[in-house]
Amino acid sequence: MTALVERTETWVQVCRITALLPERGVAALLPDGSQVALFRTYDNEVYAVSNTDPFSEANVLSRGIVGDRGGVAVVASPMYKEAFDLRTGVCVDNPEVSVPVYPVRVVDEWVQVGLR
Amino acid sequence: MTATLVVVGHGMVGHRIVQALRDRDTGGRWRVIVLAEEPRPAYDRVALSSYVDSWDPEALALPGNDYAGDDLVELRLGDPAVRIDREARTVVTAGGVEYRYDALVLATGSRPFVPPVPGHDLPGCFVYRTIEDLDAIRAAAERARTSTAPGRRAAMVVGGGLLGLEAANALRGMGFSPNVVELAPRLMPLQVDEGGGALLRRLIERLGLTVHTGTSTESIQRDGDRLLAKLSNGTELDLDLVVFSAGVRPRDELAREAGLEIGPRGGVVVDEGCRTSDEHVYAAGEVACLDGKVYGLVAPGYTMAEVVVDRLLGGGATFPGADTSTKLKLLGVDVASFGDAHAATEGALEVVFNNAVAGSYAKVVVSDDAQVLLGGVLVGDASAYTSLRPMVGRELSVDPALLIAPEGAGVGTGVGVGALPDDAQICSCNAVTKGQITAAITEQECADVPALKACTRAGTTCGSCVPMLRQLLESCGVEQSKAICEHFAHSRAELFEIVQSTGIRTFSELVTRHGQGRGCDICKPAVASILASLGSGHILDGEQAALQDTNDHFLANLQRNGTYSVVPRVPGGEITPEKLIVLGEVARDFGLYTKITGGQRIDLFGARVEQLPAIWKRLVDAGFESGHAYGKALRTVKSCVGTDWCRYGVQDSVTLAIELELRYRGLRSPHKLKAAVSGCARNCAETPTKDFGVIATEKGWNLYVGGNGGFAPRHAELLAADLDTETLVRYIDRFLMFYIRTADRLQRTSAWIESLEGGLDHLREVVVEDSLGIAEELEAAMRRHVENYTDEWADVLGDPEKLARFVSFVNAPDAPDPSIEFVERRGQRIPVGSEERGSQPALIAGPKLEVVNS
Repeated sequence: MTALVERTETWVQVCRITALLPERGVAALLPDGSQVALFRTYDNEVYAVSNTDPFSEANVLSRGIVGDRGGVAVVASPMYKEAFDLRTGVCVDNPEVSVPVYPVRVVDEWVQVGLR
Repeated sequence: MTATLVVVGHGMVGHRIVQALRDRDTGGRWRVIVLAEEPRPAYDRVALSSYVDSWDPEALALPGNDYAGDDLVELRLGDPAVRIDREARTVVTAGGVEYRYDALVLATGSRPFVPPVPGHDLPGCFVYRTIEDLDAIRAAAERARTSTAPGRRAAMVVGGGLLGLEAANALRGMGFSPNVVELAPRLMPLQVDEGGGALLRRLIERLGLTVHTGTSTESIQRDGDRLLAKLSNGTELDLDLVVFSAGVRPRDELAREAGLEIGPRGGVVVDEGCRTSDEHVYAAGEVACLDGKVYGLVAPGYTMAEVVVDRLLGGGATFPGADTSTKLKLLGVDVASFGDAHAATEGALEVVFNNAVAGSYAKVVVSDDAQVLLGGVLVGDASAYTSLRPMVGRELSVDPALLIAPEGAGVGTGVGVGALPDDAQICSCNAVTKGQITAAITEQECADVPALKACTRAGTTCGSCVPMLRQLLESCGVEQSKAICEHFAHSRAELFEIVQSTGIRTFSELVTRHGQGRGCDICKPAVASILASLGSGHILDGEQAALQDTNDHFLANLQRNGTYSVVPRVPGGEITPEKLIVLGEVARDFGLYTKITGGQRIDLFGARVEQLPAIWKRLVDAGFESGHAYGKALRTVKSCVGTDWCRYGVQDSVTLAIELELRYRGLRSPHKLKAAVSGCARNCAETPTKDFGVIATEKGWNLYVGGNGGFAPRHAELLAADLDTETLVRYIDRFLMFYIRTADRLQRTSAWIESLEGGLDHLREVVVEDSLGIAEELEAAMRRHVENYTDEWADVLGDPEKLARFVSFVNAPDAPDPSIEFVERRGQRIPVGSEERGSQPALIAGPKLEVVNS
């Protein structure tokens, strides 16, 4: 993750950290029209993955339930319930499938997403 | 070097050969070419009769039958083999393609035998073997239904064996009065004896079938649009159609032409290694004649498939002989026969229990010294079958009469699975022994039935041994885990008890004190539902919001393109014209697709998250409230026309349905709850498929519980009869609260009742007789629910914090999701992408063209 952050040059300010409920996600629209799902977990970590569920191709991942699988933070797609590792985007139920992850940081209470 | 195997025929056995070979041939020694006559890949022909339930061929498809992604298998559908040249080792298809083979397996199965009765080939005469046969019968049934010819619709099935009775049942389901004509003096002559056959006939005639035994069909003649059949006993039958189901004959014509040895009554002669008279050619299944016998069952066919595969891979497997036992449920009548059912063994003795009153017949056949079980027949109640069949050929440790003694006769019944020796076969379809299963449990750590199925294949064909698999798991000391998920070691009922008794009202505290980790999409919604059932305020209050599944989180139903559907409550299905107009106006203004639901309300599809508050503002202002279609909660209480209008109704079903729906609206439960009230025994509200259903009687109300439609339909059963309205409501209160407290997550009432020790009788004791002394507590819980009910959507509209969550994007709250697009079909908008699933409608609008009126 660190390496990815260092390569990123453009950051988009998305929302205040308070707009994120703990253990829940929101969707954000990026300048290029793509959609990112942002999650804040109970320990105040913030994650960003693509909002597109690869199994249904609907933009719904931000509406999934956040939790853990064996201690790893995941979101379960609300469509067909596959779980995705929030750190890597890899589908826990089918490791051949993954969603893109985005660099994300919190600066002065603002959540910023790095463009890929 | 890859050798070529050609499999001729893609029925159940052909498919098993390919599957077994590809499983075992890990080095890829063989590539396989399958030549299939039928236009579709292998399907479950044993379950052919179930096709009439759905008319969906996919429901019968065998798993993995297209070998997708396997480069070593080539499946040619609809191109049967027509000639074998053994010298050149080639086979030619009807399409003219020629394949060279290193080995060939004939798995062509059989064809229906049609007796050479005059008129057997007239239009309206059918056989019963393939999906196409059933489609043809259905089309003829449809024609008969719409024809104006006089006379009631009648059909004749020639053959009163297993398949004939299944065919008769299918015809009955299509609305015919079936006649069954059997040459032998009783039904199912191969399987059951005279006593069993007599009882079977009585039970089947009770269902409206007419049985003609000991007679044959003399002729069939054309009579206008209909058929006239004359039987040899003088009976004449006026019919719409005839189905021949008088046995099968091996499809050995390819082998005959190729000069292979053929059995005296047909079938390709094979040795114990399933090899024909040509060392490069094998035969398996119903086309093979082994030891002078042709087997018409799938289990011996599967065994032969395994033998062939073992031989192809250089092994020396031999056919061990076959178990021709059968157990089936025909028209709701259990029939089983196993081993030497007809006491053909010299000196064999029979022990018979024939209970004409209860409608059950049981016979066991034992050796002349009564020490060894040889076989038996069970009709009406075949529950002893699973434990008796594996005992065939073994020394008995008990008096044979005890094996089939009726329950309540003061003696123990049957034998437990623990008493069976290790080599006893538990799954006869796949030849799996008790020893193999216990080894899978103890050595390969199979901990549940699905694991055993995957590991041993036991229970994967007819499924009748699954109860034995469960018993074996228990007898090996494997406790079936009740843990709801990795975060809680408790069942849902235990979690309910914990939440109720400790007063914990947040998930964080519950998982910290009683679980581990942070929860997941299984335990979070389950706990949210428990909290809601216990009355913990609005489901989106505080931390509860994060626990909800997306449907509950947005109080709407997620659809496949990421939009939601909206279903306002229409209690009892009664709605004023003004409210109907409001629904129409809202749907029109927001561009929503509308559809009438099965629960007598209207579903509005295609709403985006950010549109939901505006839609609901209009609905709430017009007097609508949430219909909870999105929740595991009470959905609807459907009603019939009711006494105000109906000429036949005996009680006011509409008023009761509305009262019940308003009483239980918003009640969260382990799964959805559906209900109905019918005003008379005609039952137009279709109560049998509901979790609770009420039918009016002359004296009051009958209460039925535990029905459901869906994946595994089940009819509701009578819990209590002739109740006054107050008692009825009290019983439903108790029933629902008892269910909410004790059921598993996502367990419908039907499965819950089944899982209760003592089943429906126990439930009746708790609900009607208050055997647990909790009735008052259950009623009080329901009173609290009724008193605390508020409309979830009205609450959200009045709470800016909750409303703020209904945005498309956190940084562009009103921007529609640009990926959601619609096309038009039949005058309404549907998600783009649907065209791949049907005809091609034209794109009409992306989100930006939408008219939003708020």
